[in-house]
Amino acid sequence: MARVVIDPVTRIEGHLRIEAEVDGGMVTEAWSSGTMFRGIELIVRDRDPREAWLWTQRICGVCTMVHALASVRAVENALQIEVPDNARLVRNIIAATQHIQDHVIHFYHLHALDWVDVTSALKADPAKTSQLAESISAWPKSSTTYFKGVLDRVKKLVDSGQLSLFSSGYWGHPAYRLPPEANLMAVAHYLEALEFQRDFIRIHAVLGGKNPHLQTFLVGGMTTSMDTNEPNAPLNPERFDLIANIAKTAKTFVDQVLIPDVLAVAGFYSDWFSIGAGPGNYLTYGSFPQGKVSETDKFFMQQGIILNNDLTKVYPVDPGRVAEYVTHSWYEYSDGDQAAKAPSVGETNPKYTGPKPPFEFLEVDKKYSWLKAPRYDDQVMEVGPLSRMLVAYASGNQEVKTMVDGVLAKFNAPPTALVSTLGRIAARALETQLLSNHLSEWIEELRGNMNSGDLRMHNGEKWDPGTWPDSVRGFGLFEAPRGALGHWVEIENKVIKNYQAVVPTTWNAGPRDAKGQRGPYEMALLKTPIADPERPLEILRTLHSFDPCLACAVHVVDARGRKRAYLPAFQ
Amino acid sequence: MLHQASLPDALESRGISRRDFISFCSAVLATLALPQRYLGQVADALTKTTRPIVVWLEFQDCAGNTESVLRSSDPTVADIVLDLLSWEYHETIMAGAGKQAEDALHRVVTEEKGKYIAIVEGSIPTAEGGVYCTIGGRSALDIATEVCRNSAANIAVGACAWDGGLVRSNPNPTGAVGLQEAVPGISVVNLGGCPHNVANTAAVLVHYLTFKELPALDQYNRPLFAYGNIIHDQCERRAHYDAGRFVEAWGDEGSRKGYCLYKMGCKGPDATYNCPTVRWNSGTSWPVKSGHGCIACASHRFWDTMSPFYKPLPEVAGFGADVTAEKIGWGLVGAAAAATAAHGLVSITRNRRKTTSRAKVEPTSPDVAQPVEPRS
Repeated sequence: MARVVIDPVTRIEGHLRIEAEVDGGMVTEAWSSGTMFRGIELIVRDRDPREAWLWTQRICGVCTMVHALASVRAVENALQIEVPDNARLVRNIIAATQHIQDHVIHFYHLHALDWVDVTSALKADPAKTSQLAESISAWPKSSTTYFKGVLDRVKKLVDSGQLSLFSSGYWGHPAYRLPPEANLMAVAHYLEALEFQRDFIRIHAVLGGKNPHLQTFLVGGMTTSMDTNEPNAPLNPERFDLIANIAKTAKTFVDQVLIPDVLAVAGFYSDWFSIGAGPGNYLTYGSFPQGKVSETDKFFMQQGIILNNDLTKVYPVDPGRVAEYVTHSWYEYSDGDQAAKAPSVGETNPKYTGPKPPFEFLEVDKKYSWLKAPRYDDQVMEVGPLSRMLVAYASGNQEVKTMVDGVLAKFNAPPTALVSTLGRIAARALETQLLSNHLSEWIEELRGNMNSGDLRMHNGEKWDPGTWPDSVRGFGLFEAPRGALGHWVEIENKVIKNYQAVVPTTWNAGPRDAKGQRGPYEMALLKTPIADPERPLEILRTLHSFDPCLACAVHVVDARGRKRAYLPAFQ
Repeated sequence: MLHQASLPDALESRGISRRDFISFCSAVLATLALPQRYLGQVADALTKTTRPIVVWLEFQDCAGNTESVLRSSDPTVADIVLDLLSWEYHETIMAGAGKQAEDALHRVVTEEKGKYIAIVEGSIPTAEGGVYCTIGGRSALDIATEVCRNSAANIAVGACAWDGGLVRSNPNPTGAVGLQEAVPGISVVNLGGCPHNVANTAAVLVHYLTFKELPALDQYNRPLFAYGNIIHDQCERRAHYDAGRFVEAWGDEGSRKGYCLYKMGCKGPDATYNCPTVRWNSGTSWPVKSGHGCIACASHRFWDTMSPFYKPLPEVAGFGADVTAEKIGWGLVGAAAAATAAHGLVSITRNRRKTTSRAKVEPTSPDVAQPVEPRS
């Protein structure tokens, strides 16, 4: 039996450590640990709730904007503010852009190198690569000459001896299975995706001023005023043309590059449709309001819970059933660490009891992570694109059903095949396609409002703190690219009294609870085949399929041990 | 053996033509505010240089500065940055993990000692023996000390690596500080901003490679070409300010006409940065163009000194001059400039806090004097 430690886990956001036991060529036990925190929720206390979004957005610069939107929603919920329909549309366009951007970067720049051997591409025949590319897609960059050019670039890089970011890869590992031509095609698309995402994110620059860390949100709406006749309006016909054209390129790229690539890679690794299953329980808050934020039944992506992989039933979400354990986390509760506490009455008293750095191993039988362990009705929940697509599928969302069934038919697989490492990848890719199908229409809907004279972008009725009640509470839910995100706020005497975020990667990457139930990462890693414990590439495959974001996951701390009175029940 | 490929080869390997390269050099000169007659020298130096090794360390970060690099496309800056340098360690995007990643860093620190460039993102926690950020079982402080004491040059990107940023804001739960304070005695170029603008970072690197020295720096070790001018003076909405045309409420007619955001809390008159000229994401926009005021994200300790962000300037603790909203006019310009210069002399305490649980903002560098008393 070998103890494998992966720290740092790279090609993720943040600081994640995995310890695993490997026996008989497979993982027999795993522990997931978050090793960094900052304390942003504490820092926003006593500040103006109208600017909380500027602060909390800095929880993450990769999925930037997700905490901004959850934050303004929480404050709007507390102050009972409805935003104008144009602001809803701008937010949906920003969010859809974020999902597409994040998912493309994830597949090509964070995940692909788990499946693609860059050095194997050197052996590829450009003519055969061209044949392969043309057999799966109409994407025009597919000629023999084009792939010959890419091959020459890779060769020069390797010959230079300076492989740069590729120098530490697991090249030649027996788990790599793509033929050289598929590797070459993937390397070409790795480079093309770098170009694509740079151009595509300009939608955020127009609607957000910049990316990362957009700067146009407001409690009550957005700053992006629009006017057909004003050259200096943040949104005008010229700006609409710009983002509309960019949105079209996204659909082409996703349809012709991302989707064919994901299907092609999956074809060579189809055994990963039966590896990496998580808890089998899925939670999503639903996303993309089509009316008021409170009208969850009208969301573009449905809200719901699936239990035990049973796609015949979708349960309603009750945020009051969320509770967090700290049994194996570096915190302590005032009445002991065995019972879970709902966020509404939670405590955050950090108490590091791990080994003093530098250390070799964590004390995994005790406390071993800065992440808490969130549970829903005491059940372990997986969140993310797979949860969203499964809930939409099981809720009877016809568009999603058609897409998912199409992919399953290609692999002659039942829906349960989605409960896997490859299933997460497929769900993420399909969600990217779903959103790129609708991005243009949402932009045109907004443009239509401008053209018809509906220019309202902000509801200022409650902008003046003088209009606020003395004490008020609220919450904002949102589906970030990586899953279910909730912000809770309590406002007293015009400033933030308490603030709390429960974020996707805490759900997925959290440690064990009092009952010893493993977190989703820890479950999914069990039985992962390991060809070489010194180079645990297979563990990275399953971890990356969740798209970890650790900066998001650890955010609460009061280093001086002060107790925080948390928020009474939110509903 | 490293240092093999010359830049033209590296560029060509990524499909970048000589013409694009010259265009890049020209853009860098513009950012640096240097005359175009240096073009030959810059191009020549970059062509002849071997690819210096870079390691990018991430501590208490959000990866926003990393993303800023990936998302830059001001003509192919990111391409050229990646090819100009041999990027040996960067957790967010490197191929290897765990032991393979640690080995890559160890190799650079030992075999390339004194020759590599260290870029740091995120603050460094100093409380409780550094348990608030560990990588490979080592504390961030331990890693930063080893890597940045053995490098040829250190660059802190983003507000957190410069002065502790948001993580260091009151009450600074983890004892977070910036690189310069965490590792005393090393030289650091600070590229503040939340996040940094990669056009400036690229320009610093090019300047260093071309002239073998760093560009002129201010009292915070920030390059003057990027941090030497007041945003208000460069702002496209400045004419509206001069004419007294302001956004008076979010979503009003003035907001549609692009009027000045001063009354909505814009900190542009008290902030320096080249944000209005360099802009973001291929020069597409910047916050003011999209309708929101500047939050002075490139200013010292801006989270504490420039908030509340929706209060007009004179009501913010960080504004050091006696100017009120009623006295808006030409006088403000000089006052704002004086206030900006005064940042080197006064550190600022937020005036809105009455709780005793929060410490005052303390000076972070030796040249910063004691805090001024908060105004009530």
